[in-house]
Amino acid sequence: MELRSNEPAGPIENRWEKHKEANKLVAPANRRKYTVIVVGSGLAGGAAAASLGEMGYNVKCFCYQDSPRRAHSIAAQGGINAAKNYQNDGDSVYRLFYDTVKGGDFRSRESNVYRLAELSTQIIDQAVAQGVPFAREYGGLLGNRSFGGAQVSRTFYARGQTGQQLLLGAYQALSRQIEAGTVEMFSRTEMLDVIIHDGRARGIVTRCMKTGQVSPHIADMVVLCTGGYGNVFYLSTNAKGCNCTAVWRAHRHGAAFANPCYTQIHPTCIPQAGAYQSKLTLMSESLRNDGRVWVPRNKEDVTKRPEDIPEADRYYYLEERYPAFGNLVPRDVASRNALNVTNDGLGVGPEVDGERRGVYLDFDDAISRLGEQMIRERYGNLFDMYERITGDSPYKTPMRIYPATHYTMGGLWVDYNLQTTIPGLFAGGEANFSDHGANRLGASALMQGLADGYFVLPFTVGNYLGEVRTLPPLADDHADVAGAVKAVEERVQKLMNAPDPKHAPEYFHRKLGRIIWTKCGMSRNKEGLEQALREIPTLRDQFWREVKITGTGEELNQTLERAGRVADFFELGELMCLDALKREESCGGHFREEHEENGEALRDDEHFSYVAAWEWTGNPGEPRLNQEPLTFEYVKPTKRSYK
Amino acid sequence: MSEELLNLTLHVWRQDGPNDSGRFETHKANDITTHMSFLEMLDVVNEELIENGKLPIAFDHDCREGICGTCGMVINGVAHGPQKLTTTCQLHMRQFNDGDEIWLEPWRASGFPVLKDLVVDRTAFDRIIQAGGYISIRTGSASEANEMPIAKEIADQAMDAAECIGCGACVAACPNASASLFTAAKISHLSLLPQGQAERQDRSRKMVAQMDAEGFGGCTNHGECEEACPKGVSLRWIARMNRELVRSMVKADAPIENRKR
Repeated sequence: MELRSNEPAGPIENRWEKHKEANKLVAPANRRKYTVIVVGSGLAGGAAAASLGEMGYNVKCFCYQDSPRRAHSIAAQGGINAAKNYQNDGDSVYRLFYDTVKGGDFRSRESNVYRLAELSTQIIDQAVAQGVPFAREYGGLLGNRSFGGAQVSRTFYARGQTGQQLLLGAYQALSRQIEAGTVEMFSRTEMLDVIIHDGRARGIVTRCMKTGQVSPHIADMVVLCTGGYGNVFYLSTNAKGCNCTAVWRAHRHGAAFANPCYTQIHPTCIPQAGAYQSKLTLMSESLRNDGRVWVPRNKEDVTKRPEDIPEADRYYYLEERYPAFGNLVPRDVASRNALNVTNDGLGVGPEVDGERRGVYLDFDDAISRLGEQMIRERYGNLFDMYERITGDSPYKTPMRIYPATHYTMGGLWVDYNLQTTIPGLFAGGEANFSDHGANRLGASALMQGLADGYFVLPFTVGNYLGEVRTLPPLADDHADVAGAVKAVEERVQKLMNAPDPKHAPEYFHRKLGRIIWTKCGMSRNKEGLEQALREIPTLRDQFWREVKITGTGEELNQTLERAGRVADFFELGELMCLDALKREESCGGHFREEHEENGEALRDDEHFSYVAAWEWTGNPGEPRLNQEPLTFEYVKPTKRSYK
Repeated sequence: MSEELLNLTLHVWRQDGPNDSGRFETHKANDITTHMSFLEMLDVVNEELIENGKLPIAFDHDCREGICGTCGMVINGVAHGPQKLTTTCQLHMRQFNDGDEIWLEPWRASGFPVLKDLVVDRTAFDRIIQAGGYISIRTGSASEANEMPIAKEIADQAMDAAECIGCGACVAACPNASASLFTAAKISHLSLLPQGQAERQDRSRKMVAQMDAEGFGGCTNHGECEEACPKGVSLRWIARMNRELVRSMVKADAPIENRKR
């Protein structure tokens, strides 16, 4: 497999402009002759479908939710970065580019990251024009805050619901196009396969989640904006329905999957309360500005009430180990330290599967210093949410927190145009791997989703169609289409009729998640990964033998929907472990215990400065590794250190 | 955080499909811990149903953190259940007592046909937004964001209205099954902002016409919607919607016909 990034050469600040000038266009009158399928209606998919519809393409947009407004982008709390420099504090496109490359631990493609930083300012203009009610100052201008340790205030926000408001902006733009007839919307419709004809992506096969009807949809090209794969861990901050099926089906047809082992763990989530737990809830990272993280110094104290543990017996481990940054160390460092202290038996909170996985985040000092009123103003809604879920009031007793999977930097490999290794198949947003390297900075996910959706895809889609000009018509009864439909129907039947049905899909998903979380989570080592690679195929075989689904495939059947997604997570989970095993270094969200120095990650630029693009070979245990070398002309690799 | 175990009796609305007449079915939920969320309690019941070869209870849910608006059921006669300002997914079992009988029903409104059990079709809400719940701004044609200052007070009010998650609890709670709170929240959000002025008149007329065409009732000021709203969207937006509507009728050049469903 040849990986051509197709990034333009020359000075980095001119590359996107130059690229746009050189590329093909489709005349306005011709656009309606082309059908573009967009799968997913989050920030990337919703924005792309709306923008392509406006331009005059014939768009078909699909989502599994009952409405495009509910895509999981909606849950993003914190904000969106943009290099507007409204605060006059020295921000610039270059600085945002620099911070993103460095934050990604030098594992992203410079040209893509620069374009992202460049487009960030236009996103804010677009969102404001749509009526997104960003926070404002008394003078009426837009407010900003510093986020995730950034040294400039470049984050725009709408209370704690920035993702919601940006998504509603995109949803409203999409609704306008649905009304105008340029976009046909298919809600409660799940994509289950890609149709490949003559080497190009020419459509998808879907299952209507209301009736079970399996149908082909033919188009001139397909864009996947289907989000991340964090639910491979079973417990994550993702919505329950988030899944990897679309990208995994594409992967099985030849789309390379890049850097699957790069997953981001968020340090401040509410810990698991019991084996029945279905998802984890994120608490904004801003809490670490005023909260102090600690565990008991002595194992005997872990079951005591925190109020009863004297100051001298509290271990403020982040403050002690990282005096310069204290409780504000980056996400991965905070997460790993929580893992280590709980591994040492110092975790607090309820015991789940024989372990206490929680640490305290204590606001007692902040309340004494600033008063309860001030803390209520800053974090009131977060404290309320915490109390609703746990029954404890953080004003009275320390919060308990623990890391949880939050975002996946890996995804389908794409070139500068966001095209995968299958011609005509594009990927945007979290579904691709492109901009965050091994670690994503806070408030950059919304930025990337919208940059891809509003400003990159509308252009590169046109370029592709301008290049291919006219594709031969493809009928529903063509062997490539009928074969894809038949394969989907057969897979549904196979899931419905396991030989020895015993357990619901969740049973297997929980077990798979447990393997991946403990062996390919915050901290990884060769032995654990090899063990996971033995356990996963065994469990997968058991799944296909024993998965139990009641009802039929020809109706609304949520158990069947979940089973199909779990089946794909099994294969992706295995690839994650293989990638983590192969990457003998520690970088960003990928920490290999063998590669560290005094607890700090040790990157190996000499051997691993590449994008790992895995190719499907037919056997999930033996994918082929392709490498895209990474070069850094502008931001020279340096070591991250927070000591 | 003391933990207790609850034994509960659930009376659940079961309906095989849109054309089935439906009935209540009784299920036991035993050894439910008070730390579970309401939906996790249903997960446990469902997993047991599946393992026993029975059909699980179908219900809508996704983010399980109270923001996507997917979940929602009527619990003991109250949309989203007993806790104020809380979606069904954020409701936890510590709100219930051992031995409780719990009645579970779908949103009931002709604008929200039942698809199965507790799952309803809320695409009517999408069509109300499609009728005009947007600002027509072409991608790429926006002017510099800080060119037009917006008073903080106005921006904050617009955000208050924009908090709506589109769950439909307002419709379920209203004796008239009116979608006024939902529709009014979007009309208010957009009409408050300077960017929303150009289409202000048509927007309110088109959206209200669509709301009526979908079969939702009118508002007669019961205020149940505000009580049920998990995001605290205020009734005053309905007053604002009515003012917008009157304003547009006075100024309108031509009437807008009802669209077909």
